[in-house]
Amino acid sequence: MSDLPFVTEFRDPKAAHAMVGRIRALAKQVDEATFMEVCGTHTMAIYRHGIRQLLPSNVRMLSGPGCPVCVTPNDYLDRAIALARQPGFVITTFGDMMRVPGSTSSLQRERATGADVRVVYSTLDALDMARREPERQVVFLGVGFETTAPTVAAAVLSAASGGVANFSVLSAAKVIPPALQTLVSDDRLRLHGFLCPGHVSVVLGTAPYEPLARDHHLPCVVAGFEALDVLQGLMMLLEQRVAGEARVEIAYRRVVVAEGNPVARSLLDRVFEPCDSNWRGIGVLPGSGLAIREEYGAHDAARFEVEVEPTRENPGCACGDILRGIKTPFDCKLFGKVCTPEQPHGACMVSSEGTCAAAFRYGREEAIG
Amino acid sequence: MKVVRIEGDRATAEIDHVEREIGTALVPDVAIGDYVIVHAGFAIQKLSESEALETLELFRKMAELDAASEAEP
Repeated sequence: MSDLPFVTEFRDPKAAHAMVGRIRALAKQVDEATFMEVCGTHTMAIYRHGIRQLLPSNVRMLSGPGCPVCVTPNDYLDRAIALARQPGFVITTFGDMMRVPGSTSSLQRERATGADVRVVYSTLDALDMARREPERQVVFLGVGFETTAPTVAAAVLSAASGGVANFSVLSAAKVIPPALQTLVSDDRLRLHGFLCPGHVSVVLGTAPYEPLARDHHLPCVVAGFEALDVLQGLMMLLEQRVAGEARVEIAYRRVVVAEGNPVARSLLDRVFEPCDSNWRGIGVLPGSGLAIREEYGAHDAARFEVEVEPTRENPGCACGDILRGIKTPFDCKLFGKVCTPEQPHGACMVSSEGTCAAAFRYGREEAIG
Repeated sequence: MKVVRIEGDRATAEIDHVEREIGTALVPDVAIGDYVIVHAGFAIQKLSESEALETLELFRKMAELDAASEAEP
């Protein structure tokens, strides 16, 4: 049991029972309701807490594009791998990037053949390594959304002010709102609301969801990650659907405030500028990425000229359509047969937040039943 | 995690008797004793106790009503 306050309270079975009852009663008042959980951590939470099985059959959950590793395209990995092969270079990364297949290799495979690839817990670890080993070029793989990108920005600012010249970032940072706009413009996706990401919203607040509610009439509820948080979020989405309303609400009030975290956003703005960015399965979205500003170019690993192998995508992998909410893992020919967490063919199976990894670990009965 | 020490833009935070260094650049006004949400080794927000208690009170009322309706014949 955790000694962090309010963890066990937000798993209370009596309250969960009450909320599931309310969700079932609300669901009877609509023909169907399909909601998308945007964030990979929600995907995991929904599978882990068994929430899909608790929902009435006319309430469906789709997974969205909010797993940062999953939407990072092969050419980024290929560039990281090319850097790893340079003498004197250390690649630092969060662990879930290690096994993601690039066009022909992975960081894990490179490490096995002698490359210096190290898993770190935070950008501060990578920065400290650069300080300790000034003779090496330490490159941090800056993959993530608005929650992670400010931590990258903080490290770049520390490196700049502390004169840590051998620390740089290969940025693949992305921002969520343009991706949501693209998803809702796709007629194939039939959606009745968004379960909005808890931690991205810590930084952004609720403003980015307002156009989805206002212009697309989609209810948006920011939710946390415990069982009751997710159930409360779904209950609030259904309440809006039954009432025919579309508003932005926060179900995760102990952590998320409407104005977000302005300090984190100002760090983002100082270090990064918007750029076009390629999302696996979705394509290049204008203004959806974060590139390091010229002012901090000395800490931008894009300045290293390396030969990158031609990009190749795995033709059988359905990651792209799964990330758009058009297919589920069970629609993919590779899923669970040749593509497993031990032998992943696509990024969605590698990351612990990936839809396929979550479905493989917790959701196999759905495939059978 | 609970903040137990602060040094410059880093702090030591503790959970379940395990201590970890975290960055505080995103929550510069963090104080010893605060509970913070940690993402990728940085505090990203303080946990609001009053909001948590308010939400839990709502849940408690829902659970009570639920139990009462189940008890009805």
